[in-house]
Amino acid sequence: MQLRVDKLGVITAALTAYGAFLAPFATFRANRIVAGEGRSISEALPPTWAALVLLVVIVAIILAILKTPGVLRLAIALCALAVLALAIGAAAGQLTPPENTYARVSPASGFWLLLFALALLAADALTRLRPSPLVRVAILSAVLGFIAVVLISGAWDGLSLLKEYASRADTFWAEAGKHVMLALGSLAAATAVGIPLGVLCHRVPRLRDGLLGALNAIQTIPSIALFGILIAPLGWIALHVPGAAAIGIRGIGTAPAFVALFLYSLLPIVANTVVGLAGVPREANEAARGIGMTDFQRLAGIEFPLAFPVILTGIRIVLVQNIGLATIAALIGGGGFGVFVFQGVGQTAMDLVLLGAVPTVLLAFTAAIVLDAVIETATPYHNRVQSA
Amino acid sequence: MIEIEGITKRYGETTVVKDVSLTIAPRTVTVIVGTSGSGKTTLLRMINRLVEPTSGTIRLDGEDNRTLPGFELRRRIGYAIQGHGLFPHRTVAQNIATVPTLLGWDRARIDAKVAELLTLFQLDPAAFGPRYPHELSGGQQQRVGVARALAAEPKVLLMDEPFGALDPIIRAKAQDDLLAIQKHFETTIVLVTHDMEEAFHLADRIAVMDKGEVVQYATPAEMLVKPATPFVESLIGAGERPFRLLAIETVADAVEPGAAEGEAISSTASQREALSALLWSGRKALPVIGPDGAVIGKVSLEGLAQRAAGPA
Repeated sequence: MQLRVDKLGVITAALTAYGAFLAPFATFRANRIVAGEGRSISEALPPTWAALVLLVVIVAIILAILKTPGVLRLAIALCALAVLALAIGAAAGQLTPPENTYARVSPASGFWLLLFALALLAADALTRLRPSPLVRVAILSAVLGFIAVVLISGAWDGLSLLKEYASRADTFWAEAGKHVMLALGSLAAATAVGIPLGVLCHRVPRLRDGLLGALNAIQTIPSIALFGILIAPLGWIALHVPGAAAIGIRGIGTAPAFVALFLYSLLPIVANTVVGLAGVPREANEAARGIGMTDFQRLAGIEFPLAFPVILTGIRIVLVQNIGLATIAALIGGGGFGVFVFQGVGQTAMDLVLLGAVPTVLLAFTAAIVLDAVIETATPYHNRVQSA
Repeated sequence: MIEIEGITKRYGETTVVKDVSLTIAPRTVTVIVGTSGSGKTTLLRMINRLVEPTSGTIRLDGEDNRTLPGFELRRRIGYAIQGHGLFPHRTVAQNIATVPTLLGWDRARIDAKVAELLTLFQLDPAAFGPRYPHELSGGQQQRVGVARALAAEPKVLLMDEPFGALDPIIRAKAQDDLLAIQKHFETTIVLVTHDMEEAFHLADRIAVMDKGEVVQYATPAEMLVKPATPFVESLIGAGERPFRLLAIETVADAVEPGAAEGEAISSTASQREALSALLWSGRKALPVIGPDGAVIGKVSLEGLAQRAAGPA
């Protein structure tokens, strides 16, 4: 068998090697805000764990450098990631002195580099394997399931991130709920308003330029400025419209955050609806009219289904964007994962920042993969073109 | 029967169709020819009211086409266009079922109709029904487009350059299929094209349009012998006239008594094909066989030459 070198694999392997052998694996701190000291794999882990981590890392490096089958690369990457996830939990147990509740152990640059490099290896293998949407969602579910099992088993309880969580378990889930509500609620509202607006823009060309221009202008307003702009009108509504204050409309808090996210969401949805409808083949439209469809039948039966994948792409953009943007809502008391990020920044407690940031990233990532799968499933006639 | 009476269509200052009157007999093929911008497509689209005329009336079997709402009228008239216009997100079977579904036929009747039409167009229903349009060849797509137009058994079929996107060989086949289908369903077909060859091949009557007006409405033979204007003459192509004349008549009309040597020709072939066979084989006459395969006479070079001659 002739051995050949994989170019991208060399970079992945180099990153992996640097992360495993040169960078610190875990950080030890005497308490949650002092500067930490790095510990290498051999220092941070019990001997058997250290040996296991080094073994899978070396195998992964070799398989990454050589041209190897995608399935093999994916398997070693996922396997190494799993070992890494369990090892960092073991490091916490090894490094924390007994009976010391102030000491903190957290992943260091080496761990994050290994995580990044191995995830890159897995993602690269997945792209080459071109799995079907269903398989992609299944892999995602397996990864999320694995994370859930590790969390429930308590293997990570010694890590500083989980210690931050332990002291805020109640507020964490309340803020998680608010975060999802803000992101999904504003998306639902923007979809309900944006799709009819897009259809209207498509039918009335004069409206199109004006409306898209206005939405474009909103998109250019920085989020903090938009919150500021909304305080005055929403405050006025709360004071003067009966019942408005009772349902939670105020100058600050959830209401302006919701309105801002809604306004940001409109442009991608309206624009994608317009583009999607414009992309419907002229002949199909002509034929639909010619064989006796009413305007509504043509919209519902021909134009909308053909534009649907493009509209879904707009919804995907908005969902991922909103999950990230909702973090800013915490600035004006809107709640969400941003609460932990800003508290953490205020207290210079990096772990607290991560308690807000990591779930946000995970949520956005999950949303992107799931919606991509939905988009691909929604266009069977298109998929067959690609596979033909 | 389609009666077009004094139809005019104006867009602002421009008159696209100017005071056109035509009577189209049932169960015939009428071809509207003309250069681009002659108003032929607009005239066609006023029959099913995709375009509303500025003035004039169109009657279908004696009934004004404005008595029904436009969309209901169009469900009763078949419509096929260039580039087939199939719905890419629906299967072949769903595409063909479009109008019957709109009309609320029951499932079993729709399925039977789809299967009947696919079979008629030489597409296996089991193999082609579930496919998507892009999985078909151009010729197959075009056939499905015509099948969809015929699904609700319309008495009238309007076609706007239906074969424009096909290559010459598939186009000739599609034209022959259309004539067979027309005989089968006894449909009245109005077809728009700029291809004179196609017009002479398909038409019972040809309407020539120029600058929004019908300059001549006649049978192909009449048009060849007596073109109404120099424009019609140039459209036919003066050099092509004898051959077109022979092409529209069958060998059966030119049979003479007597016998001839060599390979025979069918009486249903066109006289042009007979002439071609005569010239190519260097013979003076060909034996002619009838539909039952028996020799019924001969067709001669001399006879054909007389038939191809224009009026003195």
